[in-house]
Amino acid sequence: MSTTPSVSPQSAESSAIGTSRVKRGMAEQLKGGVIMDVVNAEQAKIAEDAGAVAVMALERVPADIRKDGGVARMSDPNMIEEIIGAVSIPVMAKSRIGHFVEAQVLQSLGVDYIDESEVLTPADEVNHSDKWAFTTPFVCGATNLGEALRRIAEGAAMIRSKGEAGTGNVVEAVRHLRQIKNEIARLRGFDNNELFAAAKDLRAPYELVKEVAELGKLPVVLFSAGGVATPADAALMRQLGAEGVFVGSGIFKSGDPAKRAAAIVKATTFYDDPKIIADASRNLGEAMVGINCDTLPESERYANRGW
Amino acid sequence: MNPSPVIGVLALQGDVREHLIALAAADAVARPVRRPEELAEIDGLVIPGGESTTISKLADLFGMAEPLRERIAAGLPVYGTCAGLIMLAEKILDPRSGQETFGGIDMIVRRNAFGRQNESFEAGVTVAGIEDGPVEGVFIRAPWVESVGAEVEILAEHEGHVVAVRQGRALATSFHPELTGDHRIHALFVDMVRAAR
Repeated sequence: MSTTPSVSPQSAESSAIGTSRVKRGMAEQLKGGVIMDVVNAEQAKIAEDAGAVAVMALERVPADIRKDGGVARMSDPNMIEEIIGAVSIPVMAKSRIGHFVEAQVLQSLGVDYIDESEVLTPADEVNHSDKWAFTTPFVCGATNLGEALRRIAEGAAMIRSKGEAGTGNVVEAVRHLRQIKNEIARLRGFDNNELFAAAKDLRAPYELVKEVAELGKLPVVLFSAGGVATPADAALMRQLGAEGVFVGSGIFKSGDPAKRAAAIVKATTFYDDPKIIADASRNLGEAMVGINCDTLPESERYANRGW
Repeated sequence: MNPSPVIGVLALQGDVREHLIALAAADAVARPVRRPEELAEIDGLVIPGGESTTISKLADLFGMAEPLRERIAAGLPVYGTCAGLIMLAEKILDPRSGQETFGGIDMIVRRNAFGRQNESFEAGVTVAGIEDGPVEGVFIRAPWVESVGAEVEILAEHEGHVVAVRQGRALATSFHPELTGDHRIHALFVDMVRAAR
């Protein structure tokens, strides 16, 4: 297993698993797609039939975690295995921030991606998991560029803007994605002298900051998460620069999940075609109720978790 | 010299951007294609990596499947990687219900044959017709070709499994050259498109 960015194999005999290229490349295959939260095999099948590119297996969708309170943890292995058995698309699952043993368990179950997620209750208030130590790739949330680059430095192979999960309110998703995109755009204008200070300000490794300045994008795939509830929400995040979207509570907390799921998939592919988004938005039944983020106390903001 | 051929990349879902970059590096004019009417403007088409169930569903939903099947049958040069290889197969061994392919290569494929993500790997692959050594093969939840018809040329194998094939104007690989800086297979495809014009 490689723990550093990949080196290309030189001969036909050598074969390497868990390389950066294989981990990041997996996320490249998900681009333009929708990843849906599911809590059982039946929901996973609905998501797959609707055209999801992957499912996120978890015990309770974020809206229910908010409602129920208490400590939110990794899901039951039985439930994850049932979902793996039910669908042929990739299956992701969440570990708590810094809970590398939950991540080890998820890797042993054969999940395709681990989400070290602020939606679950953090297990470590200082350290995130060392993601280079795993063959399974990780996706992590970020509210700004520095946070995204710190996660990539720890080995994350995919980033999602955090938004505010379980609210059905897209405002925080927009804020975080705009923040990341704006900071990348600003780096583009910096000369080499300024990049050292930028790295210090961003609290991120200089090499990664320089790479982003040169590429004009993150070195990994960037999705959006946390608050997408409608086809137009998904298309909005795509137009703002997300390469795909995670939809959590928005689907299975709505009136007609199968129909809403398919509609969000359509709008994500044709994100720049208002006629198709309009058609996809017709007669979807009730959307999830939603929460106004400005009435949400600081202690209940999941986006504040992670550092 | 003829102007560069115009090659579309089916942009319903998947690693479209990487194929556009690789095609441009191989001297083609590359553009994303999502609508049936856009098929009229291209000399060749790449079907990218992605989720084959999703691509198949979206192609059906937006009226791309039938026109694509017709263009490919009529000789449109096509190249498929990973999910794209699956979409070019005449038959999938274990399809999801309702999963239809575009066809083009007389082969039966097995999805996720090399395993789940933890088994995804990189290895050098020697490809018939590609000079200067093996290509960097990036295999991600990759399919392999289970069996081929008499007209299909096997271009590469890995550990005894067929991972690259060609039949006439259709080319397919289980792996993703678009994720590497090595554009030799894209150059081969661009040559195929030029020859077909």
